[in-house]
Amino acid sequence: MTHVLKIEGLHVSVGDKPILRGVDLTINHGETHALMGPNGSGKSTLGLAIMGHPGYTVTGGSISLDGEDVLAMAPDERARAGIFMAFQRPMAIPGVKMADFLRHATTNVRRPDRKEGEELIPMREFRKELKEKMAHLRMDTEFARRYVNDGFSGGEMKRAEILQLAMLQPKFAVLDETDSGLDADAVRLASESIADIGREKMGLLIITHHDKLLVHNPPEFTHVMLGGRLVETGGKELAAELHESGYDRIRSAYPDAEAVNQEMLAEEASV
Amino acid sequence: MGVTPCESRRRSTYSPNCTSQTLMPQTITHQFDAAGFDAFVESRNEPSWLTDLRREAWDHADAMAWPDRRHEEWIRTDNRIFQLKKYGLPAVTSPDVAPKPQMKEGVELGGSIETADSFTVSESLDPELAAKGVIFGDLSRLSEEHEILIREHLFTAFDPDYDKFAALHAAFFSGGQFLYVPRGVVIERPLHIGSMLSDGGTDTTHTLIVLDEGAQATVLHESNGVTADAGGLHIGAVELIQKAGSNLRYVNLQEWGHKTYHFAHQKAIIGRDANLQWTIAAMGSGLSKVNQSVDMVGPGADSQVNGVMFTEGRQHLAYHTQQYHRAPSCHSDFLYKAAQQDKSRTVWRGMIKVDKDAQKTDGYQRNDNLVLSQTSRADSIPGLEIEADDVRCTHGSTTSKVDEEQIFYAQCRGFTRKEATRMIVIGFFQQIFDRITIDSVRDALSDAIARQVREYE
Repeated sequence: MTHVLKIEGLHVSVGDKPILRGVDLTINHGETHALMGPNGSGKSTLGLAIMGHPGYTVTGGSISLDGEDVLAMAPDERARAGIFMAFQRPMAIPGVKMADFLRHATTNVRRPDRKEGEELIPMREFRKELKEKMAHLRMDTEFARRYVNDGFSGGEMKRAEILQLAMLQPKFAVLDETDSGLDADAVRLASESIADIGREKMGLLIITHHDKLLVHNPPEFTHVMLGGRLVETGGKELAAELHESGYDRIRSAYPDAEAVNQEMLAEEASV
Repeated sequence: MGVTPCESRRRSTYSPNCTSQTLMPQTITHQFDAAGFDAFVESRNEPSWLTDLRREAWDHADAMAWPDRRHEEWIRTDNRIFQLKKYGLPAVTSPDVAPKPQMKEGVELGGSIETADSFTVSESLDPELAAKGVIFGDLSRLSEEHEILIREHLFTAFDPDYDKFAALHAAFFSGGQFLYVPRGVVIERPLHIGSMLSDGGTDTTHTLIVLDEGAQATVLHESNGVTADAGGLHIGAVELIQKAGSNLRYVNLQEWGHKTYHFAHQKAIIGRDANLQWTIAAMGSGLSKVNQSVDMVGPGADSQVNGVMFTEGRQHLAYHTQQYHRAPSCHSDFLYKAAQQDKSRTVWRGMIKVDKDAQKTDGYQRNDNLVLSQTSRADSIPGLEIEADDVRCTHGSTTSKVDEEQIFYAQCRGFTRKEATRMIVIGFFQQIFDRITIDSVRDALSDAIARQVREYE
């Protein structure tokens, strides 16, 4: 069976402010989708709504995974169901070692029925796998002993997110600007790493401003978000065009969405 | 008058099980009054110098008023509910309570002392250490044989006139421990002290540790109530006296029952180039008022103080700490981390004090709090009192809640909300664990925290 993540007519608000205004998106397992759009258009909101961030209220529409209602699940249930997001700004958890965090996370995700307090996957087995994956991502093993994202550089945080992606092996992954804040070498490494993990093994939604990630991970579909809606969908050539020429064509082609986008940006700035 | 075990335990507010085998009837006790004091002294068969010391302390205690909210240290801590007359020292025998050794797990010890309700119930010391001149045993028992040594040091780091609790302790201390490590002797294996308190029982143990020049030792000291909820009274004192170049690791795990009163004065006096690592874990008691001080009296003395406090229910733990720089070029590093849940409260009031002559002082003081419920509270009052002009002293205090964004992030990695919160709370204390080099201590502390951490929704 091919897994399907289906988003239909999704409306999302933060507080009483509507951000997403009817998003339709279907991602099949094995497909790579790029999500592009100017600042403030709602790209990250879509990712956070897919994961179930408590600050993002779904006011309409649906998200389903293989027909199961994702919106009825708590964030951890979504993770266990096989949905992952690489955060743009992952949280630090001081005092918790990456290895311990990942061992618990990996256990929960691989054994979705595990009850709290039940055994974790055996330490030896886990260490071996973690070591292999870290070597593959060219990460120093010392990394596993550091506290989760605590004092990490921007590049280290992004690599840590990719390591988690590699360990958790989700069915669907949202990569929220995994390339931002990285220098050219780091972006190439991150891009190659994602390709190495095997994008054919999952459905990918890559949120990006640039097309660097997309060079190594060419999308079958490119979606453009503006004013909380997907205004245009194309192939990888659309991503190339936007990278080349920016969003001017999009802005003028969809004046209503552009007006909403400006409004949202203005509100964000006034907060 | 015949008193059954059940009745005798009515003194305490909590009685888990009347048929419990862990308690013996305590039909005779020495109350904290004049008659009780006379009977107590009479029963002890101690040398006269010690009896005289006690008598003086009792006279002072009797004349002193209880500290109240007019006293700076008691502004935030209400002791009015405490009634001394409910408590007394067992006169005849100790209750038969099983020790709860947590920090001993998997550790080869150099010696061990167990007490129950202020009675020393067992003592042991590796004969090899004894042959090197190490003395480790019951303080009263040793006070005749080692009079010179004990008289020289007893109450030098502890002030019996500090307040009424201190005076009472000086008059009534019992079941104490004395450790002396001679010059240059290095004790590799830890020594262990375990103090048990029966439900409603009283503990007045006095710990006197003296490390002579260049000596080294590790002491693991734990205090436990017979149940997590047990009542009782501890009025205690700890004196750590370090001569030049000595090295002491002292760990104190306090897990008195949650209805126990805990009043303690604890001080270290650290000589030239001596080194102290003092770790305190305060998990137990219902009401605590503890004074902890490290006095650096010789140039180059170094102290590291680590504290973990974790409270629940209606616990109130007040710790007044001092890093007292009395000599130049000393270093003090102080970190207390506290988490409060339910309706509990911690009070930390810390002071770095630097004398005029203590130039080149390097002092650090920090208190972090994690407030885990709407109704819990953390009072954090750092302080500096510096008279020297060439010093480096930094201090800080933080009070925060568990961050919802952290919880969400962990949930996105498959952690339930409960698991995420538990992990974040335990992680909060990790910084202290990172400073502890003894595995069994780290394990005992993290187990104690894991036991206390609530399942949060």
